[in-house]
Amino acid sequence: MEIKRLSAPLSDNDVLQLKAGDNVLISGVIYTARDAAHKKMAELIKAGQPLPIDLKGQIIYYVGPTPAKPGQAIGSAGPTTSGRMDAYTPLILEHGLKACIGKGFRNAAVKEALQKFKGVYLAAVGGAGALLSKRVLKSEVVAYPELGAEAIYRLEVKDFPATVINDAYGNDLYEEGVKAYAR
Amino acid sequence: MREVKAETIINVVAEMCEEANLYLGDDVVNALQKALEREESPTGKEVLRQLLENLEIARNEKIPVCQDTGFAVFFVEWGKDAYLAGEGSLEDAINAGVRKGYTEGYLRKSIVKDPLNRVNTGDNTPAVVYTSIVPGDKVKIIFAPKGGGSENMSAVKMLKPSDGVEGVVDFVVNHVKASGANPCPPIVVGVAIGGTFDKVAVLAKKALLRPLGQPNPDPFYADLEQKILKKINDLGIGPQGFGGRVTALAVHIETYPAHIASMPAAVNINCHVARHVERVI
Repeated sequence: MEIKRLSAPLSDNDVLQLKAGDNVLISGVIYTARDAAHKKMAELIKAGQPLPIDLKGQIIYYVGPTPAKPGQAIGSAGPTTSGRMDAYTPLILEHGLKACIGKGFRNAAVKEALQKFKGVYLAAVGGAGALLSKRVLKSEVVAYPELGAEAIYRLEVKDFPATVINDAYGNDLYEEGVKAYAR
Repeated sequence: MREVKAETIINVVAEMCEEANLYLGDDVVNALQKALEREESPTGKEVLRQLLENLEIARNEKIPVCQDTGFAVFFVEWGKDAYLAGEGSLEDAINAGVRKGYTEGYLRKSIVKDPLNRVNTGDNTPAVVYTSIVPGDKVKIIFAPKGGGSENMSAVKMLKPSDGVEGVVDFVVNHVKASGANPCPPIVVGVAIGGTFDKVAVLAKKALLRPLGQPNPDPFYADLEQKILKKINDLGIGPQGFGGRVTALAVHIETYPAHIASMPAAVNINCHVARHVERVI
């Protein structure tokens, strides 16, 4: 099985070479955010205020890890359901985000925004939190520490495995994969 | 009367919290291995390999299998010849055990105090506790932490008696189809039929406690489990919804007598992280 290597943050070119169904390994810096952090960032954008992180070229990982034990970079850290972020994702893509990692369906508005702003939606394996935690070398809270597991963390990752679900060309692995195997 | 100390309940519950979140049963490991043999999609196979490796890492390095360490759900069978010694109720003791287990075990605290204003309780309490009083003087505790992603993909439908078995099959299969990738397939599908609106939902959750693939003792329902499982796997959703042959590892059906006017049905979905541990005190 062919695997593409990605170095985060991403350029438009990085995004445009990806197709739904591609398996990738990501290395570099990515950020975490889930429901509460998205809500806060959307409010800041709407109020014309600066964001706690520069979104340009970045990858956001939808995750709320377990607390790290002493000596661990992070606790168990698998993806959460992405659909809960759909309301905010087009706005975040408009402000420079290139990719998000989660699991599960995105709505039509997100898929449209991925084409318009040249972005991709990736899925990591839901429920593989222990395995995925080993691909995180370092984590630190960069915003909203009061949110606990929902704070924005800066993660340094190496060979973080993910699969392209929605590419910048309107393809959707969830639709195509199911069609290929339904009977 | 046999005395069971609240402190014993607290300590046992705390141990169970950690055990359930770090170690999955052999039934789940076997089901995933069988799924890997059966899966035809290369991406699906890769997912199943990652899930098996994930269980190894969790076990060897004591990292929770999944970061969503769940709502703490307990089924307690309390022997009527035993009494709880110490202050407070059984639920108080269980909550104290959850507090201890989730804090000392570095497990995620996923419970908010109010469903609308959503401030985290900070210790994963309160638990959800179902208690039945049974003969004897033993106390059996079953703990099944339940993740939010798969719980969100669950449903109750008040079917009509005339909907028959086809009505139940269509309800379950269509529901799994609509859930797609969201509940982290391969999934375990808990189905219940009968009882009341509330009873059927609890029974669907209870169906998830059965060891994976252990059939319903009634041959009619054992057949129905296999029939629904085949239909679900023919949907093509596959591991993680990437397309493939293995969408569900098992379908478990539980039933209860029904009112002459009613035929409630419920489906409670569990992801492949089918956590349940049992202790007898």
